[in-house]
Amino acid sequence: MNDLRELYQEVILDHSRNPRHFREMPEANRHADGHNPLCGDRVTVYLHLAGDVIEDVSFKGAGCSISTASASMMADALRGKSVDEVRALFDRFHDLVTSDPSHAADQLDASSELGKLAVFSGVCEFPMRVKCASLPWHTMKAALEGAARASTE
Amino acid sequence: MSAQPDSIRTPEALDVAAVRREFPLLQTTVHGKPLVYLDSAASAQKPQVVIDAERDVYERYYSNIHRGVHQLSVLATDAYERARARVQHFLGAREAREILFVRGATEAINLVAQTYGRRNVGAGDEVLITGLEHHSNIVPWQMLCEEKGATLKVAPIDDAGVVDMAAFEGLLGPRTRIVSVSHVSNALGTINPVERMTERAHAAGAVIVIDGAQAAPHLAIDVERIGCDFYAFSGHKVYGPSGVGALYGRAALLEAMPPWQGGGDMISSVTFEKSTWAELPHKFEAGTPNVAGTIALAVAIEWLEGLGLEAVAAHEDELLAYGTELLSAIPGLRLVGTAPDKAGVLSFVLDGVHPHDIGTILDYEGVAIRTGHHCAQPVMDRYGIPATARASLACFNTREDLDALARGIGKVQEMFK
Ligand SMILES: Cc1ncc(COP(=O)(O)O)c(C=O)c1O
Repeated sequence: MNDLRELYQEVILDHSRNPRHFREMPEANRHADGHNPLCGDRVTVYLHLAGDVIEDVSFKGAGCSISTASASMMADALRGKSVDEVRALFDRFHDLVTSDPSHAADQLDASSELGKLAVFSGVCEFPMRVKCASLPWHTMKAALEGAARASTE
Repeated sequence: MSAQPDSIRTPEALDVAAVRREFPLLQTTVHGKPLVYLDSAASAQKPQVVIDAERDVYERYYSNIHRGVHQLSVLATDAYERARARVQHFLGAREAREILFVRGATEAINLVAQTYGRRNVGAGDEVLITGLEHHSNIVPWQMLCEEKGATLKVAPIDDAGVVDMAAFEGLLGPRTRIVSVSHVSNALGTINPVERMTERAHAAGAVIVIDGAQAAPHLAIDVERIGCDFYAFSGHKVYGPSGVGALYGRAALLEAMPPWQGGGDMISSVTFEKSTWAELPHKFEAGTPNVAGTIALAVAIEWLEGLGLEAVAAHEDELLAYGTELLSAIPGLRLVGTAPDKAGVLSFVLDGVHPHDIGTILDYEGVAIRTGHHCAQPVMDRYGIPATARASLACFNTREDLDALARGIGKVQEMFK
């Protein structure tokens, strides 16, 4: 069960049970729908952008614990960040969940700047779950770039 | 799906321990736990005889077929055609030329849609399917209907996952050209009343295609008794290799149908002005097929028949009854698909846990199941769920496998409580 606990960390389970920022956002000026056709996960990410800064983030949808927790913690992390900071964070997070588990050093590198999001470091050991963790992020990026849709395929 | 008490078991009851020993992969471990394989509806594992059969072809007599006068080609052609006869008997077809080798059920259905369908379906016509079809028995018909300006009709299912036969009959009409139904549903396990559906389809003047991908490993099939026009199945679900399967078609229909793919083997003569088609079944078998795989498929079928199709069905029915009871007793678990007539499938959802998480945690216990929409999104939509967890049964499964599943579900619930 040890390895499993690396994936299902308490923080992740907590966010999946009680997702934060889980609501529609009528005042959003960007949003996009994400879909993982493999497992049926769906998420809509809403952004309220004021100039260059993300004033508010929220999401709706139905997904597994990993994608729900990822969306919830992403929303926590993005509030108040500038678009450039968000882009950098996207890259870091992407590196974290897709890194080769045998290169622990790369991971450490990535996780040091990720703060709480580093709890997703266990995901890279579970290739079938990488898309679950990254779906909300891809969807957020699509919203930022004005695309209507993101897919993990 | 009645459970058979031990006292009335026939002496021919399946010796499951012996069957299990024939599967190399069942002797392995996953994450340090003995493998419990409950995903045969996606694809079955292979017994040693099938693995050996394919190697034997390559080691002793491999060559192209229908093409050479040399000894190897004669041997390979002969084995290939014997494989056709084996499939003919497996399906209860009258003639070997009614059996076409294809890549699998998907290709078989596409073949019917692209040949019989394109020739016989026109604007304003209708194709009827049911609400529990696999995507491979939906999309080829959608493509055909779109091309021809025809309409795809869908007979709905009830909460248990049973096709509403009154609605089915109501949807049959003078414009129905093709009916295409699964024999057994992959997502829910429902067994369709294919004989009655065939009779109704014929009464309406339509032909009927039966997708037997999930039926072939579980039920004895007799296309003559069913009376159907086409029957499709995949080798990999009957313990054979992947990438090979068969389509049965009534000879008179196949003869009237145009070929599908053009190429070598399917012609009788070719000039730049005009080609003429080979006789059945070669008209539909363009190009070099999966020679070794097809021969190994026949070995798989022979092996399955050797176990006794009735003994296999009785064993799987007993397991299904046991598993249904076991899972139903778990608080917060809901079985999806509870038709009285079912084969081989336990689809379920758990309160508060997404199927994907169930799959990952069970995998850590060595238990392989499938999670997702099972290529049947309309079925998921019918139940208003994005996905299910699905345990599916094969001849090599045991009550202990289902006990391991139940224990694993207990761990899932503990993690997510
Ligand atoms: C009911 C049903 N029909 C068709 C198919 C398609 O079979 P294949 O992928 O082997 O072509 C499957 C396999 O998943 C199935 O379960």
